[in-house]
Amino acid sequence: MEENGSLFLSSSSSSAQQRLRIIAGHLQKRPEDENASVAAQECKAEAPRSEPSSATPVPRRRQEIMKWNGWGYSDSRFLFNKKGQAEFTGKRYRLSGLILPSLKDWFEGTFGANLQHRSPATPSLNLSAVAPPNLNQPFVEDLKAAGLTVSHDPEDRVFRAHGHCLHEVFALREGRIGRVPDTVVWPSCHSDVEKIVELACEHNVCLIPYGGGTSVSSALECPREESRSIVSLDTSQMSRILWIDEKNLTAHVEAGIIGQDLERQLNERGFCTGHEPDSMEFSSLGGWVATRASGMKKNIYGNIEDLVVHIKMVTPRGVIEKSCLGPRMSTGPDIHHFILGSEGTLGVVTEVTLKIRPIPEYQKYGSVVFPNFQQGVACLREVARQRCAPASIRLMDNEQFQFGEFCFFLILLSFFCFDPQHLCVATLLFEGDRGKVLQHEKQVYDIAAKFGGLAAGEDNGQRGYMLTFVIAYLRDLGMDYYVIGESFETSVPWDRVLDLCRNVKERIVRECKERGVQFPPLSTSRVTQTYDAGACVYFYFAFNYRGLSDPVHVYEQVEHAAREEILANGGSLSHHHGVGKLRKEWMKESVSGVGLGMLKSVKEYVDPQNIFGNRNLL
Amino acid sequence: ICFENSMQNIVHNSDVSSESGDSTECVAEEASLILDEMAHRLQLSTVRFFVFTLSKAFKRLFRSVCVNEEGIQRLQQAVQEHPVVLLPSHRSYMDFLMMSYLLYMYDLPLPVIAAGMDFMSMKFVGEMLRMSGAFFIRRSFGGDKLYWAVFSEYVKTMLRNGYAPIEFFLEGTRSRTCKSLTPKTGLLNIVMEPFFKGELFDVNLVPVSISYERILEESLYARELLGIPKPKESTSGLLKARRVLSEDYGSMYVYFGHPVSVRSLTEGKITRSQYNLLPRCIPQKPSADTHEFLNDAAFRLVRIQEENMVLKPWVLIATLLLQNPDGMDLSSLAEQTDWLRHLALAFGAYLDWPDHEACSEVISCSLALHRHLLSVSAGHVQLSVTDAPQVESTPEEAVFHQAVVVLSCASYRNQILHVFLRPALLAVAMQSANSNRKDDVYNCFNFLRNMFSNEFILCPGDSVQDFEEACYLLMKRGVLQVLEHEIVMSASGHSTLAFLSSVLDPFLQGYQVVSRYLCEETNENLTEKEFIPAVRNFALKLILAGRLKCYEALSSDLQKNALAAFLRLKAVRKVKVGDQVTLKVNKIAVNSLEDTLGKSDVTSHQNSWCSSMAMFEIAI
Repeated sequence: MEENGSLFLSSSSSSAQQRLRIIAGHLQKRPEDENASVAAQECKAEAPRSEPSSATPVPRRRQEIMKWNGWGYSDSRFLFNKKGQAEFTGKRYRLSGLILPSLKDWFEGTFGANLQHRSPATPSLNLSAVAPPNLNQPFVEDLKAAGLTVSHDPEDRVFRAHGHCLHEVFALREGRIGRVPDTVVWPSCHSDVEKIVELACEHNVCLIPYGGGTSVSSALECPREESRSIVSLDTSQMSRILWIDEKNLTAHVEAGIIGQDLERQLNERGFCTGHEPDSMEFSSLGGWVATRASGMKKNIYGNIEDLVVHIKMVTPRGVIEKSCLGPRMSTGPDIHHFILGSEGTLGVVTEVTLKIRPIPEYQKYGSVVFPNFQQGVACLREVARQRCAPASIRLMDNEQFQFGEFCFFLILLSFFCFDPQHLCVATLLFEGDRGKVLQHEKQVYDIAAKFGGLAAGEDNGQRGYMLTFVIAYLRDLGMDYYVIGESFETSVPWDRVLDLCRNVKERIVRECKERGVQFPPLSTSRVTQTYDAGACVYFYFAFNYRGLSDPVHVYEQVEHAAREEILANGGSLSHHHGVGKLRKEWMKESVSGVGLGMLKSVKEYVDPQNIFGNRNLL
Repeated sequence: ICFENSMQNIVHNSDVSSESGDSTECVAEEASLILDEMAHRLQLSTVRFFVFTLSKAFKRLFRSVCVNEEGIQRLQQAVQEHPVVLLPSHRSYMDFLMMSYLLYMYDLPLPVIAAGMDFMSMKFVGEMLRMSGAFFIRRSFGGDKLYWAVFSEYVKTMLRNGYAPIEFFLEGTRSRTCKSLTPKTGLLNIVMEPFFKGELFDVNLVPVSISYERILEESLYARELLGIPKPKESTSGLLKARRVLSEDYGSMYVYFGHPVSVRSLTEGKITRSQYNLLPRCIPQKPSADTHEFLNDAAFRLVRIQEENMVLKPWVLIATLLLQNPDGMDLSSLAEQTDWLRHLALAFGAYLDWPDHEACSEVISCSLALHRHLLSVSAGHVQLSVTDAPQVESTPEEAVFHQAVVVLSCASYRNQILHVFLRPALLAVAMQSANSNRKDDVYNCFNFLRNMFSNEFILCPGDSVQDFEEACYLLMKRGVLQVLEHEIVMSASGHSTLAFLSSVLDPFLQGYQVVSRYLCEETNENLTEKEFIPAVRNFALKLILAGRLKCYEALSSDLQKNALAAFLRLKAVRKVKVGDQVTLKVNKIAVNSLEDTLGKSDVTSHQNSWCSSMAMFEIAI
């Protein structure tokens, strides 16, 4: 679910518009505060927000605009209308309001699903299924005394008890509610967090930081064995850009800001971070830091670890941060790397200084069709070897190509010389100044041609990116008709990419068969990032679960087997989703006993009481 | 073509170039020479020619060739799923000719075969074999890293490309005794490595059991075991072998076993991630775990070969005739064969016994096919020299002539040994144990099992399982009662136990001869090379002196196995002196081994078995 998704940005890809925006940004800015175009504000003195409407944070009651038991906005969803045609509701996306006539055929053909066989979700949350909160009264009173917003509302608590793993969403749809946080608290600035952490230590309660809630690693699940009161610390109200430094091209931002707001607000100033994970509509800056997130345009802007200049984190031991904004330091192991990927086990990231860039002058999508996946991978490898990867380059395998077809309305004539059972497609996104983009584009297409790749147009490329973006909504549609699925990812050296994809896909098919899945599963892969020494590979796996008594268990067993296969084939435990609790069992194998011991000793020092008790990672 | 790349990798990555100090070009050149020497050049026209000639030859040689067709169907299926490795048993040169012939006839992809280099030196035929898919490997290349690298890359490339099944012999060489040989793991590692390294999703191993009613090389093998040197494979030798064509070799059986998936075989045993940290083109020595796994897998595959081996009635008859060196009356032979047949079936033997024929009929058929090993007169059958030179020259020669017959006959008995082996070990253990206590018996069983683990296929680490299997079989047969702490012989069990311990008798005696030799040998500087001739002489003297009746003690195979066991049990040590390897004997240890072996002694049981058979006859 992570990575990519720049629809709203890129839909207006005309360069003229963007230049206008940049100019507008320059005009707005007053010469006297060039250094800090948004003045740093004292938290406590906060009046009603002075920012324009674009700065409105995610509401405290998220359920008002977002689904409580599925992905994304409540108004946006796929459904099959009375004529049996698929449509996407709402107004938010390019697909919104469109009829997708061939989706039904693909859906029924691929999964053996039938629109007559529905598996609808429980329509609303049954409040009586939520256990009453296990409150630590003195703690709650101290919070209230400190002027913090607190809630014990069951809806608020349930919303923060899950991420978007299949088993989590499936349970919600069935109305099954497990352990949920007992309290939700909304700090509105760094010092609020300090206060909360101090009180949590004093009263020995368990804190679980909550950013965008898009985790796919069971990271937000409340540990069953936790007997203390669990407090969800929702960072959504800490969403201001505190300052922008145009001289150094950095921005200092509160960690609760969600991706789309950060990007939109920076765009208004003529800047961007370029960090665009698939989940950027909902995921937060703090969450990116805590999971070592990766954005689809990392080839230009870098992954989150390349983007951060400074991090401030509140831990039970106090605040950890560096003393300056120097771009690189040789001061022992980089303390940022204790924070990056700590998955909420050490503290709460409150403020981050990020690199920013001027909005690129020109953006162009593209796509290339290859006769087969091998050729496609060989092309990506060559692009990486020549270090000329565009902002984004992704290669989908044949199964995904066939899925994409319903959007690729037209199959170009030239495709007919390829075998449609082996075809695969790469989608491209170029960014930069116009001349260079065109030059770059030519270079990449020339390489592609050497591997039998045919350019397949901008529209197909753009649709490809749009598709990844709504795929999480598609999962909800599947779940209405007995189809469950999920994606997972890994990173792997170049020479093993093909073998890994083939073996993992085959393992999935085989495991499904052995576990009694009645219909052939969808088991597909794509290469989504290129590096000098390897690539990031994504798998999408879904199947029709009719006839299974415990489909989620079957799903989990198959995913487990697939992960074993990935590790056996030289893939990593995770490229950017993180470990959470879902992949914890492999941590020792992944980083060695000593490595795990190092991490544990840091945890031991920073948080001896295990206040940040989400039990992720270690 | 894709091989070119991997070759480059080999040349650059193998430590050869850096070790020898040669330039990369030199190494590359050497590698391509090796490749020329090794590579197959499969040509369909040659194959067709071969098939034509072979079908003529096979028709003359064999009455019939029987193949399990459902096995062929399974193979057809397996070939489509994943790359296939064919693992036939190896008893004769015919094996791989027959394999290719059958696959051709059943329209399956022709295998690429790893054959010993000695074939290649056969002019013309070597080339022909090459063009029908054989590639040649040196018999030993332990030290030659480049050879190993080129060879393993060659095999793996063929496997990965998946255009033809690979075929090789787990046992490494033809078994001269028709017992399965301790398997080699080198090639098995090579064909499994593409799976270990994730280059293939799976590899299907198909064990194939090939058995012959009469083996072409029968007396050749016996002579070889007795130290008459094996003629080098040559074309003229093959032409001489035309004489062979005029004889009747009965039927031949080929059984294609169930494909064994390497993936399922390795499940939980191999951590494939151990291959993650080295580029996959760099050859890697198998780790200790992997080695153990390979060894275990190899043993299991050979056991599957054994279990699927089709056995003919003659195998039973040969077993009985060997136990009765003075011969048997036809009538009692018929009775005992029938008894043995039921025992063998109860133990799971894959016996091809003609359904509708009378037992005596079956026996006379078998005797006719093997008449060259027998003398039949006045209803009395005896193993004997038939085509020996008329003039008896020396007593030594007479012994050798008789030994050829015995060893030839033993090669048939050996085919069924795997059926009786575990119960026989238990039978001997019961006789040599101090008490009936289960743990005492088990200890003896374990000792014998350990002693004979070079002689027979006994999966390492399976001793408890083997013991239980033996107990179960004998219990089912009503021979034993296995109580909680004791094992008791049933009243009716005596004859079976006596028979079973007689099965192992030649081996017990043979090992005792070897150990006695080692104790009595005074030469401090006995070299490894001198060992076999010296033991043979020792045994020969014992036979001539009338102190030993067991001709099988003359077999170099048994002697080698015994030495290997003593080495393994540290009763003998190898010491390298100059360029010679000498054997240092720990006489105390050897003595005590001999004593323990001697407990399950020989002649007394021989008698008791005979007398029990007499009882048995009365009972019938």
